[in-house]
Amino acid sequence: MANADLAHVRSEEAPTLPAPVSTTGAIGWMRKNLFSSVGNTILTFIGIWLAYSIIAPIIQFAFIDAVWTGDDRQACLATQEGQTVGACWAYVKAYLPQFIYGRYPLEERWRVDVVFVLLVFTMVPLLIPSLPRKGLNAILFLVVFPVVAYFLLTGLVIGDNVILPIVQTAQWGGLLVTLVIAVTGIVASLPLGIALALGRRSQMPIVKLVSIIFIEFWRGVPLITVLFMASVVLPLFLPDGVTFDKLLRVLIGVTLFASAYMAEVVRGGLQAIPKGQYEGAQALGLRFWPMMYLIILPQALKMVIPGIVNTFIGLFKDTTLVLIVGMFDLLGQIQSSFSDPNWSTPTQSYTGYLFATAIFFVFCFGMSRYSIFMERKLHTGHKR
Amino acid sequence: MSDNAVLSDDYTPDRSKMTVSETDVAVEIKNMNKWYGDFHVLRDINLKVMRGERIVICGPSGSGKSTMIRCINRLEEHQKGSIVVDGIELTDDLKKIDEIRREVGMCFQHFNLFPHLTILENCTLAPIWVRKMPKREAEEVAMHYLERVKIPEQALKYPGQLSGGQQQRVAIARSLCMNPKIMLFDEPTSALDPEMIKEVLDVMVGLAESGMTMLCVTHEMGFARKVANRVIFMDQGQIVEQNEPEPFFTNPQHERTKLFLSQILHH
Ligand SMILES: Nc1ncnc2c1ncn2[C@@H]1O[C@H](COP(=O)(O)OP(=O)(O)O)[C@@H](O)[C@H]1O
Ligand SMILES: [Mg+2]
Repeated sequence: MANADLAHVRSEEAPTLPAPVSTTGAIGWMRKNLFSSVGNTILTFIGIWLAYSIIAPIIQFAFIDAVWTGDDRQACLATQEGQTVGACWAYVKAYLPQFIYGRYPLEERWRVDVVFVLLVFTMVPLLIPSLPRKGLNAILFLVVFPVVAYFLLTGLVIGDNVILPIVQTAQWGGLLVTLVIAVTGIVASLPLGIALALGRRSQMPIVKLVSIIFIEFWRGVPLITVLFMASVVLPLFLPDGVTFDKLLRVLIGVTLFASAYMAEVVRGGLQAIPKGQYEGAQALGLRFWPMMYLIILPQALKMVIPGIVNTFIGLFKDTTLVLIVGMFDLLGQIQSSFSDPNWSTPTQSYTGYLFATAIFFVFCFGMSRYSIFMERKLHTGHKR
Repeated sequence: MSDNAVLSDDYTPDRSKMTVSETDVAVEIKNMNKWYGDFHVLRDINLKVMRGERIVICGPSGSGKSTMIRCINRLEEHQKGSIVVDGIELTDDLKKIDEIRREVGMCFQHFNLFPHLTILENCTLAPIWVRKMPKREAEEVAMHYLERVKIPEQALKYPGQLSGGQQQRVAIARSLCMNPKIMLFDEPTSALDPEMIKEVLDVMVGLAESGMTMLCVTHEMGFARKVANRVIFMDQGQIVEQNEPEPFFTNPQHERTKLFLSQILHH
């Protein structure tokens, strides 16, 4: 009878068993992910071949055939017929101070070092969530550090007393300029971008209109144009006698430019916050600013961390564009060193660009990893 | 609130504990009208709620129930008529709106907990920032109410880690931490699985027994029978009928009420 087959009562518990060995461990992982089918196996081998054919020559050039020591170009020239010479690290070593400080006077370079150290000591603790006293830390990094760094880098003269000799920003260069522009741009564009995003969503028509015009203007102009305007055109409009440092003008241009992009990223986050979050906060009696600060922005910003960091990374790399208004960032400084006959060898420029690539990559990849770390850190359980 | 660990289905709360004030008005809505653009969503609403009253509001979807109770704490603005809450008339005056929101708690269909904060932080946020309560004290208050809704052990988890029923109980506790005089509920159990509805209703029954003034939009007729002293039926933006629960359910007067009740009682 069919009924006899349909009815069933379990008489004993089914045992819980360990997973089959072939599905766990390294072998299991490889079988599942790399060799699961013929197509996948072919792709795996193509991938290995591609990785090998790209990475092997780079390793050959950068490490195996590289020249590590030497006093001038002779060290990096082939001594016998057919010898291949790789990267000329001796040249990078000799030029390293220039790459870091530009033409900053030799005897004043300690001031730049102090600024770098202060930057690390005020910024890194702020980025590590488990360290306490974030409020104090933020004040140190956002208020104290910029003031101290400003006087250290530009100089300090009180009356007739020269406490720190003045160093014109035209003498700055290399990594110093890259970091000054990038750090200022990053730190200033985030709050400005948030303000613009809030403005664009404001109920007040004037605030909204001004925000929209601002954002669309800066997004509609290429950064190169902004830099030209800042360095060439703006001085024409300033009254006689008013000088206004070129680096400062570039800084402002880069910051406003980045803040427009930031505003749109943040606005995307704000739009993703459900209306219920606003209502929940309002029903509890929170006013607009506490609601924004405590409820809406933390969630909105968390959601767009990838976009924010994307903008930061773009900004960091865009600092190289200052070369066209006559300022020498890290890349500019490296390029200008190519004209030195003392070090001119066939691999000099490759080495220089490889070095620039490596440095930019370290900074940008660092930001990227940090953003992933923060995303994980701020993840609070599954969304329902 | 009740100390009964579990309320059985046939548990009848002691109505003698739920005293209704004769003179003290909690909410008074007079000739209130509201439009969304050209759409007349609330039409000539008149409602007087005394302190200690438990009002259940029901009606078909889109009849304006949510809009009406959201007008009470100004999540929606009304355009005509007056709303007086706890003696304060609702106007554009932000100070008055703040004052009213401090005294009126609200629970939503989708809980609206803050997902980036722990349960405890959800509960202490408003007392700390709105009532300026010291953090330690706010945490004590929060734990007290979390115990009352029977989930103190979840205090350090995040909302996303809790079940729907638990989240709604947290939402109730979060409102209670502000020590409100009036509680609004907008379909607090509609988004919940059947086995979780009861745990939330139990908490609400306990709240009624503690003498809280409550306005609940809900279709839980069992709840209405147990605790409501008035049931209001809304349709097309109007209050169509109101009565005490027994006569309302057994002997509805208006045709639309009859139709609605027949639809929800025997589907
Ligand atoms: N923000 C809004 N804008 C326009 N119409 C709305 C808005 N909110 C609600 N409505 C309309 O108002 C009516 C009443 O809505 P609501 O109060 O949510 O009904 P209920 O809670 O009784 O289901 C519905 O027809 C709905 O479509
Ligand atoms: Mg509704």
